[in-house]
Amino acid sequence: MIDRLIEMFAYAFLVRAIAVGLLVSLCAALLGVSLVLKRYSMIGDGLSHVGFGALAIATAMNAAPLSVAIPVVVLAAFLLLRLSENSKIKGDAAVALISTGALAVGVMVISFTSGMNTDVYNYMFGSILTMSKSDVALSIILAVVVLALFVLFYNRIFAVTFDENFARAIGINTGLYNMLIAFLTAITIVLGMRMMGALLISSLIIFPALTSMRVCKRFISVTICSAAVSVLCFLTGVILSFLFAAPTGASVVLVNIAAFFLFWAARAVMDRIPKKPG
Amino acid sequence: MALIICKDVSFDYEGHIAVSGLNFEVNSGDYLCVVGENGSGKSTLIKGILRLKTPAQGSVAFGGGLDLNGIGYLPQQTAAQKDFPASAYEVVLSGRLSALGGKPFYSQADKSEAEKNMKRLDISHLRNRCYRELSGGQQQRVLLARALCATKKALLMDEPVAGLDPVVTQELYKLIETINSETGLTVIMVSHDVQSAVKYASHILHLKNTQVFFGKTDDYIKSDVGKVFLGIGA
Repeated sequence: MIDRLIEMFAYAFLVRAIAVGLLVSLCAALLGVSLVLKRYSMIGDGLSHVGFGALAIATAMNAAPLSVAIPVVVLAAFLLLRLSENSKIKGDAAVALISTGALAVGVMVISFTSGMNTDVYNYMFGSILTMSKSDVALSIILAVVVLALFVLFYNRIFAVTFDENFARAIGINTGLYNMLIAFLTAITIVLGMRMMGALLISSLIIFPALTSMRVCKRFISVTICSAAVSVLCFLTGVILSFLFAAPTGASVVLVNIAAFFLFWAARAVMDRIPKKPG
Repeated sequence: MALIICKDVSFDYEGHIAVSGLNFEVNSGDYLCVVGENGSGKSTLIKGILRLKTPAQGSVAFGGGLDLNGIGYLPQQTAAQKDFPASAYEVVLSGRLSALGGKPFYSQADKSEAEKNMKRLDISHLRNRCYRELSGGQQQRVLLARALCATKKALLMDEPVAGLDPVVTQELYKLIETINSETGLTVIMVSHDVQSAVKYASHILHLKNTQVFFGKTDDYIKSDVGKVFLGIGA
């Protein structure tokens, strides 16, 4: 098995994919803590569908996928955020409208141009072969930005996540932080979706946060635990997918599900141990 | 010394007047209760004082060295908070955010201020407990400690006893009264509970989409509007 692992790291495209994947999982997990706690989980899911539509259009126009997908998804992120905050259509319904709408546009564009082929299949469920050198560079920049943001603004992000009304009352520009988080989420999703698949990428945002919330009781530990869980699950998923020739995106999601139930069981066991008085 | 001065203030939502004709002053050390039925404009007024909503007419001015950073706000709890993974200490400390300025991290002074306020509200033993596991009364105390961390001058509370049982409600009222009388902190509280309002507050502001009464609590009890609202036969 060790031989197979060494063999795995001999492929340049696999090393690139793992590098991008690890950085994307790290960012997704950090952003996910805030998104999940603010009840914005569906935004991640909605954005990946918009990303699918954008990739389809990029392919039809023969443009570089990221150059179309990044601006479109960032725009959609701001729109979704606005809709969830103040709108006559409720947030969850608005997300459903936009995501199915984008999916429909994507399918329509594809069927009138290249037709349903492997490209489409790859967009939907991910392919590990698609990561280029520029993707690696962009992932590194993104990861550095997200990490720096989290460390420097950690206290403000906590306040905005826990209680937006209080944060606004003491003069924090909560709208700015929400937009920043939406912006970084959009970039994370676009980077990760070609590997994980448009239908699976939101799991990277939602699972690690929910998993670590089973066990952790402090915001700082939830944040750190999510990042660790996410990175470990991704690595395990990729290795398993290589060993068993399984689809990468689905493997990573399944490992995340396993981790969720593991943490859930750990919580149940911890609750059964009687607490010390005081 | 007047901390908050409202002059001919009205607020509207998309052209519909929510509350109008507000004329009152809150002085340093006052304990003002804002009473009135649902939809009478109480929460709108709170938003106006916090500058989250601009008046359609008139002005809300701060005096006596009060600014927005000097108001400790205790908002109503949101559904998302009820299962939030954060320790009591993390929540209390976040009240020091207004003192943070441009710095990214809390100083030792911020941390000891948080500890001090937890001790003051008798929640030091809950320090490392998870917020979602606390009882309703304990959660309110944590939020109150956070508000105290944010202010030296004024506390602004939006229905602080909503959803609490009667015993815990009375404890919280006593605690707020102690804070007001011992430290001279100005208290502005929005409340449904008019009986407790007249028991503890020094001043009453009664809203009914307009200002129907503002003045000392003793005068409110004798006034016609007060008698009706309190259920004392006129």
